[in-house]
Amino acid sequence: MAGNTEPLSPRAKLAVTAGRAAAAVSRAAGRGSGSVIGGRVALKLDPDLLARLARHLDVVLVSATNGKTTTTRLIAEALRAGGPVVSNALGANMPAGITSALAGGSDAKFGVIEVDEKYLAGVARDVTPKAIALLNLSRDQLDRAAETRMLAEHWREGLSGSKALIIANADDPLIVWAASSSANVVWVAAGQEWKDDAWSCPSCGGVMQRPDDDWFCGECGFRRPTPSWALSGDYVLDPHGSAWPIKLQLPGRANKANATTSAAVAAAFGVPPQVALERMYSVQAVAGRYDVVSYMERELRLLLAKNPAGWLETFSLIDPPPTPVIMSVNARGADGTDTSWLWDVDYTRLAGHPLFVLGDRKLDLAVRLEVAGLDFEVCDNLDQAVQMAPPGRIEVIANYTAFQDLRRHVGN
Amino acid sequence: MSDNSLRLVWVYPDLLSTYGDQGNALVVERRARQRGLDVQRLDVRSDQPIPTSGDIYLIGGGEDRPQRLAAERLLRDGGLNRAVSNGAIVFSVCAGYQILGHEFINDQDKQQQGLGLLDVVSTRGEAERCVGDVLADIDPQLNLPPLTGFENHQGVTHLGPTARPFAKVRFGNGNGVGDGFEGAWQETVFGTYMHGPVMARNPHIADLLLKLALDVNALPPADDRWYEALRQERIAAATATS
Ligand SMILES: [Zn+2]
Repeated sequence: MAGNTEPLSPRAKLAVTAGRAAAAVSRAAGRGSGSVIGGRVALKLDPDLLARLARHLDVVLVSATNGKTTTTRLIAEALRAGGPVVSNALGANMPAGITSALAGGSDAKFGVIEVDEKYLAGVARDVTPKAIALLNLSRDQLDRAAETRMLAEHWREGLSGSKALIIANADDPLIVWAASSSANVVWVAAGQEWKDDAWSCPSCGGVMQRPDDDWFCGECGFRRPTPSWALSGDYVLDPHGSAWPIKLQLPGRANKANATTSAAVAAAFGVPPQVALERMYSVQAVAGRYDVVSYMERELRLLLAKNPAGWLETFSLIDPPPTPVIMSVNARGADGTDTSWLWDVDYTRLAGHPLFVLGDRKLDLAVRLEVAGLDFEVCDNLDQAVQMAPPGRIEVIANYTAFQDLRRHVGN
Repeated sequence: MSDNSLRLVWVYPDLLSTYGDQGNALVVERRARQRGLDVQRLDVRSDQPIPTSGDIYLIGGGEDRPQRLAAERLLRDGGLNRAVSNGAIVFSVCAGYQILGHEFINDQDKQQQGLGLLDVVSTRGEAERCVGDVLADIDPQLNLPPLTGFENHQGVTHLGPTARPFAKVRFGNGNGVGDGFEGAWQETVFGTYMHGPVMARNPHIADLLLKLALDVNALPPADDRWYEALRQERIAAATATS
């Protein structure tokens, strides 16, 4: 029992209570779940609160450009086999949101925490996690100038003194660079379809050689480590060579990769892969992603793709042509205001699908598709696109704020 | 043009392709094919030699370290300078634009030698990063409609006497010197800070490069409907936010 063996100080208790009150006010005012506001109030009253709340927990941190919210959910489900779990399941992944989530789980044994990439090193220092799962790093929100390799470097420095077990993707050179300064690393062959952020060696700048699934730098010898866990088709291979079937309701290769990493994390917390993978089946939609909704007497599957790597993984999971595809793109603050990334996405993979385009930046996407030589319709709104779409389930792909708009629109 | 096909060289996509730079290559290629040209596109990685027989060379944007690596490798290779002395056309964006100048500030805060194909020198701006929509009037000598683009850079580029400003901004920062100029060009070498990618919002620039390569004054018309719609929207956006 890893409950509250050491009681919170009066100041910490006050901070948690004040934070809860603020969250309740925020909820009552209709401003979302209130978790971030509550956490911010609490952290202001007691800056060490995050460390104190985590002291009683066995914590795993999860960070990545893509898949961190889903993987956090999968790990949380798996670890529930071993005891109560507290998690920031709603994706509030900066310190305030994490504090707020942990404050709600005083009886938990495990903390499963998604962390925004920029805050990983700091949160890892504060909460002294038992494990850290690192999935992938790729370009995201170009206008922030957060250089992908610099982020990997920042992780590398931040994690070098950590005692945590690092569970890291051997197929992403930037992740390997970030993780390989740590003493304890479990390598997972989880795959990474997107390769365009790791053509130059993060160590020496040499040109990376990438034959088949392998990779290495011809100049300094930096190379893919030998993984002990692997995703192989529909199976997870564990370090003993046993193959465990992956049973998920979530679609796509990327989620099988997330399940593989989650199984490796679960094993580190004493939950065997078979048990972990069976429990993961219960995860359906994650914050509305992959949800199939009924709208205007049609079935729509809602898919979130925030950046080129995310679009690429999404194209590999949609139903084949002639399934209609609706795409919506915005460029508001949370999306990044630079839309150049549309040109990093290989839209020719959508050939054969009837295509419908909407969102604030539908004309950017229209030019992109025109240059890709595809036929498409530009629509004023979702209703018009749904009306024009030929029969069958419709795949709806949207970037961040466009996705939130669509969810609200269909009442999801 | 060497034979009957246009040779389009995309320089160092492994290093300089951070801001959708493939878009410029795709637009030039598409508009050439729409005019019935055969296009040979060569994507040249930084461990390969730059071919000297290309017609049009495109260089994109990148982060600070890849920019330094690209400059070092291009200088060592020498192929791009030889191609330009053979009359090749070069269009460069952002980090690539700085590399074509005499020097720029690299990731180690040192002055780094460029290729000297443009009479410009780049420094790092003290002010905030320039991010946002830009509207500018292109040098009248080039006879092109207004330039619309998205800028996202920290660099400041000073023009020497041989380089002409590519455009004069109405809204936005451009070269960041404060004189309102954006980009630079001389003879067949062009540089700009505009992303978008710039050709997607300004297909006339792609056409200009094609006309220079073919040595003709006009091209058959292409379907500009979606480009035009996007241009109008972005020009209105640049005007509204300023
Ligand atoms: Zn190397």
